[in-house]
Amino acid sequence: MLKHEVVEARSSADVLVVRQQARAWAVEMGFSLVEQTKIVTAASELARNMVDYGLGGTVELEAIENGSRKGLRLTFTDQGPGISDLDLAMTDGYTTGNGLGLGLSGTKRLMHEFEITSQVGQGTRVMITRWR
Amino acid sequence: MERIPILQMGQFLLVTIQVDMHDRLALALQDDLTNRIVKTQAQGVLIDISALEIVDSFIGRILGNIATMSRILDADTVVVGMQPAVAITLVELGLSLTGVRTAINVEQGMALLRSPFGASPEERDTHAQT
Amino acid sequence: MVLKSKSVVAKILEQDETTLQTDWLKALENSDMYRKGVIRPAELRDQCSEFLRLLRNAMQQGNLTEIQAPEWANTRQFLADMTRVRAQQGFSPQETTTFVFSLKKPLFDRLWQELPKDPQQLAEEVWNATTLLDQLGLWTIEVFQKNREEIILRQQQDLLELSTPVVKLWDSILALPMIGTLDSSRTQVVMESLLQQILETESQVVIIDITGVPTVDTLVAQHLLKTVAAARLMGTDCIISGIRPQIAQTIVHLGVDLSEVTTKASLADAFAIALKRQGLKIVAAS
Repeated sequence: MLKHEVVEARSSADVLVVRQQARAWAVEMGFSLVEQTKIVTAASELARNMVDYGLGGTVELEAIENGSRKGLRLTFTDQGPGISDLDLAMTDGYTTGNGLGLGLSGTKRLMHEFEITSQVGQGTRVMITRWR
Repeated sequence: MERIPILQMGQFLLVTIQVDMHDRLALALQDDLTNRIVKTQAQGVLIDISALEIVDSFIGRILGNIATMSRILDADTVVVGMQPAVAITLVELGLSLTGVRTAINVEQGMALLRSPFGASPEERDTHAQT
Repeated sequence: MVLKSKSVVAKILEQDETTLQTDWLKALENSDMYRKGVIRPAELRDQCSEFLRLLRNAMQQGNLTEIQAPEWANTRQFLADMTRVRAQQGFSPQETTTFVFSLKKPLFDRLWQELPKDPQQLAEEVWNATTLLDQLGLWTIEVFQKNREEIILRQQQDLLELSTPVVKLWDSILALPMIGTLDSSRTQVVMESLLQQILETESQVVIIDITGVPTVDTLVAQHLLKTVAAARLMGTDCIISGIRPQIAQTIVHLGVDLSEVTTKASLADAFAIALKRQGLKIVAAS
């Protein structure tokens, strides 16, 4: 891990801050405009999920390295109600709220790595990575 | 609370989104627009998003809602100026905004609103043949 | 390994350089590399004496085993430069390495003469010398290979840009004639550059012609569909033309849904429909 930072996300205005930070990091790490846009969009989806359904939480930004590859990793952690059926939650079109149900499955398509763990009553943790 | 300005130009309403919108601002725009359509009896709405750096599923949903609601209120909606990176990301995300008409810039968007023909290129083809 | 006493090889290089060089040149002149006639005799002689000089200097540090050490930097640089030139002149890696390996015979002959009565030390010296020259020879192969890879990479990038021209057919009408096999990464590059061109030219219709594409797999078909969808989001209609019969069959077979996309048999048909959408038509001049 080369560098890291933690951003709080409790309200819908904080989602904006998460987007700005994700953008700043992606620019600094030299991602192309399309890649930046994918990263920021993914960050926006997950931050909103966390604020809307997970009672808010934290976003950790990390610059990581794997051999010669550099990557940006974002970890979203909340202490919300958790997700009981992860497979179902990952299905396109599935939603418990009034969204389009593309948050999780769509985000996965925007990134290279996507890892989700959740425990009912404990919270949810989503880790996403995009390599350069 | 800050709001996104809506301009009126004859029978059309014009919105230029120039800030990174948080969700409440987007919802307020949706309310304001539907109210203004009814009040002004506008025939068309043009939304310029060329300054938007991302459109996520929420903003995408709002754009779709605006198009659907204005159609119910007998007004057309055209979204113009989406950036290539934004378009690629939206498609990857799984959002194609099927109900929303699009144009490359404000000029072509206005031309689309003024044309009496249908929304899809196929319908325009049929019309052009006659 | 650093030798405490000065090696015999180092001594030979200091004292018998002229004889060694003469013998080496003779060996080189009999090699395939020389017989090609590309290298001038004077040039070869200069290269030989320069290499022997560098070898001698490097050996004075006492390190005969680790050519990656800093004292060998000049020797490595010299060989790398020479290899690059040789590669450009069209020599094979084998022919290039001959330069280093052909020094073995004359050097071992000299060692034999120096140590006629000490087989044990002779064996040791020969072993050291051969290990060293092997490393230097392998180094030239490595440089040769790297050079090749760089050329291939550059050509790949050139090809990528060459093979994806976006052409303007008319005001507001662009065409993208795709040629060759489409892989996922190439399609991605094409897609991004096409969308950028759409923005810059503010075009309303884009024709993607795949006449020159031999096969399409599911992934590529999906990439094409994504391009069409992204272009539509930007406000531009896409027409796909030149779908070969086999590709049409594959698309149906794969279950890819192209019903939302306008398809035309030929680029000409696609152009005609694109003109029509702009309210234009082609008429005979008279």
